[in-house]
Amino acid sequence: MKLLELRSISKSFGGLKVISELNLHVDEGEIVSVIGPNGAGKTTLFNLVTGVYGPDEGDILLGGESLLGLDPHEITARGVARTFQTLRLFLNMTVKENVMAAAFSHTRAGILRSVLRTPGMRREERDIAHLAEQKLSFFGQRLMGYRWDQPAFSLSYANRRRLEIARATATSARLLLLDEPAAGMNPVETHEIAELIGRLREEGGYTILVIEHDMHVVEGISDRVVALDHGVKIAEGTFDQVATDPRVVEAYLGTKAAATK
Amino acid sequence: MATGPTDPNAPRVGVDEWVASHEQRRTYRGGVLGVVERELTRVPHPAFYLAFGIAAAIVPAVTSDGYIIKVGLDTLLYMLLALGLNITVGYAGLLDLGYVAFYGFAAYGYAMLASPKFGVHWDTLAVIPVVVAATVLLGFLVALPSRRLVGDYLAIVTLFFGELFFTVYQNGEHVSLLGFTAAKDVTGGPNGIPNIDQFNVFGARIGELNYKAYFYVALVFFMVLLFAMYLVDRSRTGRAWKSLREDPLAAELMGMPVNRLKLIAFACGAGIAGLAGTVFAAANTAVFASEYDFTSGLLIIVYAMLILGGAGSLGGVIIGALVVNVSLEVLRDPGHATWVFYTLIAATLVARMRPWRWLAAVIAGTAGFGFAVHAIVSAVWPRGVHGQAAIGGVLGSGLRHWVVLPSNPMTIGNVAFVCLVLAVLVLTLLKGWVQKLAMIPTLYLAVFVWENRLVIEPSITRLILVGVILIVLMNARPQGLLGTSRVEIV
Repeated sequence: MKLLELRSISKSFGGLKVISELNLHVDEGEIVSVIGPNGAGKTTLFNLVTGVYGPDEGDILLGGESLLGLDPHEITARGVARTFQTLRLFLNMTVKENVMAAAFSHTRAGILRSVLRTPGMRREERDIAHLAEQKLSFFGQRLMGYRWDQPAFSLSYANRRRLEIARATATSARLLLLDEPAAGMNPVETHEIAELIGRLREEGGYTILVIEHDMHVVEGISDRVVALDHGVKIAEGTFDQVATDPRVVEAYLGTKAAATK
Repeated sequence: MATGPTDPNAPRVGVDEWVASHEQRRTYRGGVLGVVERELTRVPHPAFYLAFGIAAAIVPAVTSDGYIIKVGLDTLLYMLLALGLNITVGYAGLLDLGYVAFYGFAAYGYAMLASPKFGVHWDTLAVIPVVVAATVLLGFLVALPSRRLVGDYLAIVTLFFGELFFTVYQNGEHVSLLGFTAAKDVTGGPNGIPNIDQFNVFGARIGELNYKAYFYVALVFFMVLLFAMYLVDRSRTGRAWKSLREDPLAAELMGMPVNRLKLIAFACGAGIAGLAGTVFAAANTAVFASEYDFTSGLLIIVYAMLILGGAGSLGGVIIGALVVNVSLEVLRDPGHATWVFYTLIAATLVARMRPWRWLAAVIAGTAGFGFAVHAIVSAVWPRGVHGQAAIGGVLGSGLRHWVVLPSNPMTIGNVAFVCLVLAVLVLTLLKGWVQKLAMIPTLYLAVFVWENRLVIEPSITRLILVGVILIVLMNARPQGLLGTSRVEIV
């Protein structure tokens, strides 16, 4: 069953065609990796799915319903959440607040109810706090304890990446879009992230679309790999199929003639 | 491999030594100060707010001085304004430079519904909700076209709105509907609207110039809104506003409707300004458009309060308004201003001059330099030391034997003022012992200019001094007195 489906999506910035005629789908419970050289259109793909840009042509469907014309927050409310390649945490809020803030779309209490502290609002606040603690505990002790009340800017780079994932899971997401989750991490942390992505599916029940450059991670986690170059899908299949595809090798390393020159 | 999963020394996935050993690494300041500091951080914030409310409520009871109560009322109105601005600027991070227009709009709104202007005299319980609702609506309308703007673009649009408000109300004495109807006086033009009704509820009314009553009205409004804001701060909406301030795109993508949140922030800020406006109009019994113009400085003062206290901090709203407004009032008196001037110089020297022996050398040098100049001037130009020091007491009589006080200081004072500005500029270019040496005549020149020229212009010097106080405090604590330090880029 297809959770996310992109039907011949195109997107141009001025005269530059960033994505052209792209067809892609992610099945329920699947982990799909998107690979490709820099500038291949991977992050633009994420921006199209989350509604930051609208596609010029084509349609994007989530669980069979079109996402076109929806604001990003509405798309998030329908179950798509993402992390960012260049981390975009709420740096001056605490670790716990970062996660609590993301519960906005599936909670209700407005200003009036917050001021009056109605029983419903207090219950909801307790639930939000509980949700945040639960999402943070997913990362073992890394984001626990005193760190809850620390500002997010005090976290190390790797912990910031973890916090972004925790924040994304606190929305009511079914589909997680992870934009280079292992970027800037050391080998141990990279290994841990790969393990974590697997656990996100097993324990969290998420469907995951991930952009990743680290081929060990891609190999370890992917059910299916999609390779993009210049906005065009050049290969799709298992990791081994894609990794040995001549067009993928060419996109990364150039043609033999060009490489030996 | 030596580090398998069974190796007890291997770093286990998810286990963080740093977190586990955090409490042992934590260092606390020793002594009594450390104990006080730790205990204070445990006190919940509302306790401080309550303490402030009680202290403020006692003020009119312990003093019958009408002036103090009036200043207290003004300070409370400023606090209300800063509290509203704290929502738009402090929480949502929207630079709203048209903010005081909401204050003016509401003051005029109250005046139109409760004065002989149109012969309307509504009950206060009806006027306040109507005026506040209208101001909230105006906040919505201003935010609607500007909700997609950020930063300086939003600032320019809202500044334009503020000036638009002023221009319309300043020239509103001949208003006709597109020229079809006869011109009608709506706002009273530059003469404003006088003879505004006092607050009256079911026939019971506050007496004319009864600032004490308005003080309590403003205090109750402020305390109620302060606690309300405290609750909102820690609610779903408060978190969303702060997320929006931190990163609008990330907030939107984490499910927060950024545009709607901006509208709500604008409208809430406007509503609080509106409430303050009604109290202002009734307490002062007249409103004039020029009070809300950019050149009146009101906007800058409210911003100064917010930033000094720490944007985003509710305690900062109280402290900021207190420090700025009380400073402005204290500095009306030349004697007080003189003490503030010398304290500021001394404090800056003590804070900035290291090592201590340089400080001692500069102070001793300045003292010696002064006596030498005084001796020379009294020998060659006796009229140059015949003036009076601005203050009496020990400081005043001491100064009379130290600083040159010409009997007619106008021209020489003006020249010296220009020289002082130049000297300070040169001072910033110098380094090392040359700078310390140059500081001696500069300090003396500063005292000379103050005693001979600045002290007789309190209306100007108080603004200069408040500016200097702001610079000094913001240098010491860029995040504001009670603000938390922020990072923009890491």
